[in-house]
Amino acid sequence: MRDDIFTKRRNGNLVFFLALLILSVGSIIITEYDVIKGFTSITKAVIWGGSNFYPDAESLRILPEIFPKLQETVLMSIAATTVAAVLALVLSLAGSQTTRINRIFSIVSRGIASLFRNIPIVAWAMVLMISFSQSPLTGYLAIFFGSLGFLTRAFMETIDEVGNNSIEALQATGASYFHIIFQAVLPASMPQMISWLLYMIETNIRDATLVGVLTGTGIGFSFDLYYKRFDYHAASLVVLLIVITVIVIELVSNNVRRVIL
Amino acid sequence: MALLELKNVTKNYNNECCALDNVSFSVDKGEFVSIIGPSGAGKSTLLRCINRMVEASSGEISVDGVISSSLSKKKLRKLRTKIGMIFQHYNLVDRLTVIENVLHGRLGYKSTLAGVLGRYNQEEKSQAYRIIEILGLNEQIYKRCDQLSGGQKQRVGIARALVQNPKIILCDEPIASLDPNASKIIMDHLRNISKEMGITIIVNLHQVEVALKYSDRIIGVNRGKVVFDGAPCDLTTRQIRDIYGSESEDLIFELGERHAG
Ligand SMILES: Nc1ncnc2c1ncn2[C@@H]1O[C@H](COP(=O)(O)OP(=O)(O)OP(=O)(O)O)[C@@H](O)[C@H]1O
Ligand SMILES: [Mg+2]
Repeated sequence: MRDDIFTKRRNGNLVFFLALLILSVGSIIITEYDVIKGFTSITKAVIWGGSNFYPDAESLRILPEIFPKLQETVLMSIAATTVAAVLALVLSLAGSQTTRINRIFSIVSRGIASLFRNIPIVAWAMVLMISFSQSPLTGYLAIFFGSLGFLTRAFMETIDEVGNNSIEALQATGASYFHIIFQAVLPASMPQMISWLLYMIETNIRDATLVGVLTGTGIGFSFDLYYKRFDYHAASLVVLLIVITVIVIELVSNNVRRVIL
Repeated sequence: MALLELKNVTKNYNNECCALDNVSFSVDKGEFVSIIGPSGAGKSTLLRCINRMVEASSGEISVDGVISSSLSKKKLRKLRTKIGMIFQHYNLVDRLTVIENVLHGRLGYKSTLAGVLGRYNQEEKSQAYRIIEILGLNEQIYKRCDQLSGGQKQRVGIARALVQNPKIILCDEPIASLDPNASKIIMDHLRNISKEMGITIIVNLHQVEVALKYSDRIIGVNRGKVVFDGAPCDLTTRQIRDIYGSESEDLIFELGERHAG
């Protein structure tokens, strides 16, 4: 009997890897992706990048121009993400198994979460551009909607993980719903939620750049501008600045995490 | 008049038969009652029907003269303030300090806003300090609960129940996760609470010898039915066999030792 379980598991793994192999080979054939050419062109790209795509002394002149743009993008991401977090908190409380008020609210908020989570931010930007045209508001809303779905889901799982025990205890003392949320659920799940929020801000600064290319705002717009003018030195400086910003934000949020967790 | 009275209480989960089957008994002020029975007998269900954490399917339960089944939400909260509850897994909010967890016992008396903000008046605070001192937790008062030992956590659980100024404390296997030393401390505290403060204690136990040592009265439950209800000295080997069925042999052995010793 015991042996059977192990054999079964081994066979299961084998089947899984075979399926993966077939899937991967199948996709290569269907898309006519040339593996060898793919790899050789990587080296070509690296050589081209090394000889053209680097900031030179002359490109530094654009710094005063792009710093305000960078700042705009960073602040926009932070604002959109934090506002989304507040709404996500409400939705996750309504959606979580342990804190939901009734089933219908729960299903609705889970539905909103998974709908918003499965639409890529770029798609949001395209759709929103129809109504708001190329403006900072479009970027703001695209980031807001994209974050809302993800954060609701993450917060919901955090609340579920905190579990039922302390909720049960407070219910038994006669505490009301809001007492329980503010005295047990939030204190227990806040650090993990803040950690998710920081992660979301990090990714959103990256995504905001891409959205900026589309909506013609922020640092993404600067990049697009220099790139289309074939000013590769300036464009590469923009990329470098974005990378540095993201790393700095990551370092800061890692420190915050260490303190709160 | 009895403080707690159960009349023909029956509970079916999901229309399956019968977690509780026609249970009737009454308990007086200051009594120390142990409920014993095999796993799945319905002990936890019985306890939770008393404060309506579980709704009984039929029958009548009155606490301190109030029939609980028909109460509105608000009146139920008020009733629950009179019934403390402590748990096998302590059910504290681990990230909060001892004093914060203890004061949670006051939430049942609070308005929504005061409870949400965690505002407690001076009287409530000094009562909490007094109780913490009685339970020997002075040194841990500002420690976070995830830094406490199991025995200390359970004492926080008892303190939280006591600040409710309850008439009854329900204990669901309070010592099942503790070593013998910590168990003795907890059981001694519970006995003092019933003898000195006149608070009724109802405790689910799976150690017969502990029940025999501490209780004024033992209620034996098997498959949702009360099969024994009497003083510890009246509990015979035969009756233990009735309560525990086939699991009873080693329990009877322990009991034999007690009579010999
Ligand atoms: N939420 C629930 N849904 C469905 N059935 C339940 C539920 N809780 C308990 N039961 C069933 O009711 C019966 C009594 O359970 P209960 O938890 O009261 O037993 P217990 O005496 O406390 O057992 P233990 O000593 O293991 O804690 C069991 O058969 C159990 O399977
Ligand atoms: Mg139980």
